[in-house]
Amino acid sequence: MALRRERSDLAIDPKLVESVLTGFIGEETRRVGRRRVVVGLSGGIDSAVAASLARRALGARGVVAILMPYRLSHPSSMKDARALARRLSIRCEEHDITAAIDGYFAGDPKAGRVRRGNKMARERMSILYDRSVVHEALVLGTSNKTELLLGYGTIHGDMASSINPLGDLYKTQIFELARHLRIPAAIQRKVPTADLWPDQTDEKDLGMTYVDLDQVLHRLIDERWTRAETIRGGWLAAMVDRVLARVRGSQFKRRVPLVAKVSARTVGIDFRYPRDWGT
Amino acid sequence: MKVILAQIAPSLGDAERNLKIHLEEIRRAERAGADLIVFPELSLTGYLLQDLVAECAMEPKTSPLLRRLEKASARVAVVAGFVEQGPGISFYNAAACFVKGKLAHLHRKVYLPTYGMFDEGRYFAQGDVFRTFEAPWGRTGILICEDFWHLSSSWLLAQEGMELLVVATNSPVKEIKAAGAPTGQAAWSRLGQVVAQFLTCYVVCVNRAGGEEGWTFAGGSFAVAPSGKLIGEARQLRADRLAVALPPGPLRQARTTSPLLRDEKLDLVRRELGRIVSSRYKQE
Repeated sequence: MALRRERSDLAIDPKLVESVLTGFIGEETRRVGRRRVVVGLSGGIDSAVAASLARRALGARGVVAILMPYRLSHPSSMKDARALARRLSIRCEEHDITAAIDGYFAGDPKAGRVRRGNKMARERMSILYDRSVVHEALVLGTSNKTELLLGYGTIHGDMASSINPLGDLYKTQIFELARHLRIPAAIQRKVPTADLWPDQTDEKDLGMTYVDLDQVLHRLIDERWTRAETIRGGWLAAMVDRVLARVRGSQFKRRVPLVAKVSARTVGIDFRYPRDWGT
Repeated sequence: MKVILAQIAPSLGDAERNLKIHLEEIRRAERAGADLIVFPELSLTGYLLQDLVAECAMEPKTSPLLRRLEKASARVAVVAGFVEQGPGISFYNAAACFVKGKLAHLHRKVYLPTYGMFDEGRYFAQGDVFRTFEAPWGRTGILICEDFWHLSSSWLLAQEGMELLVVATNSPVKEIKAAGAPTGQAAWSRLGQVVAQFLTCYVVCVNRAGGEEGWTFAGGSFAVAPSGKLIGEARQLRADRLAVALPPGPLRQARTTSPLLRDEKLDLVRRELGRIVSSRYKQE
């Protein structure tokens, strides 16, 4: 079926975006009395962009790259991550998570790959928060808007961070920003993957290409098109419905845990203070 | 007259620290021989206060902090923003003009944006008047941010003889499209130019810089002549300071060339407004 789609305009002004995001990283880090961030470098584009922005905001001594390979991680992942850290002249630490993950699942060999993948993401989060204490640093988030909206991430795992400069940029916009930041070509050209099991790719997991996903999400979320308008705009109903179902189904991941209200003023309900209070 | 647009980056909920920034900027403005220094909306408190609104509120008559600001206005007039605790313990998003050590004018924000990323209606009471006041440099009106987006606000002030419109804002970066100012900022400047030209008055619009809670304020404060010509523009995003001269000549020239205010038909407007308002409530 030939569909005529009017493309949604996702082009950004990368220089201005860089300026806003480096301002954000610098201000939010310093306002809590820190001068540094730790960032988990996976060898992928998101963490590469986050680390480069932090390097520009805080200087070479303001960023510590943490590499956390598992025995099944793709060999290029660590190689590219190390090369990026060298290129940015930032400190780089390696903490292999194989012993922790395999030790945990030793008594439960039937555990499936999703459980294992989630455990790995949370193991990495746990290391990042521990290293952030050692380095008196904040944990820099790397989840992009596409992932956040689709819930394509592990709650309290890779979705956890202190500050996230990338959460309002779609994946295709991250690619545009990466070109502007001159992220090494090896990373830019790589097929996006969570690298939690061999041959995993994001687009296989999600069942759509990022180009299509970002277009549909931008129409539905940013431009507030209805389902019917989006379908009239040339998108298959099945695609639109799949995206809508994912967004709805993952709302819990984007919220702090619900607190049951039994008092006059309740955290998360009617006790509302800014996080940047007094800074 | 000479005006300083003080595009500062206030701290959220720390009025004491922000007052220090104000006093420092005022001293500089004095040294520069300015007549007026304008700070952004909520310049003494920061913007995303939420429940801090009640805790940050100040009564203009009794607040020691506002007293200190008032005193500092002995040689240069000051427009600053704060949370006002008004009658009946209502909290207003307010801007005051202090002239020669005295409170000369207080504006309470009328239009409180409560949509999208904004939630002011939850925390603030709405002001209900637009008034001008006679300042040493001429008749002046103050609007706060969203007030300016409602064209009737500036129009009403102009009918009272306004020559200088001061707009204090906290305009954030929203969508950043390819090439150009952050979406929204272009609209601010366009609006400023249209209002200045068609109400034949000076417009001075002061935005803030810095960030809060993931928001980045866009900066880009500007001043426009009564011809609609942009006189000056501060930096985007970062704190900045801009001095502009607003001589009386261009005001006289613009009003002579385009006597739009002279030709306004206030009775017609009142009549038609009355008709439109009453027809809204007519039973079908």
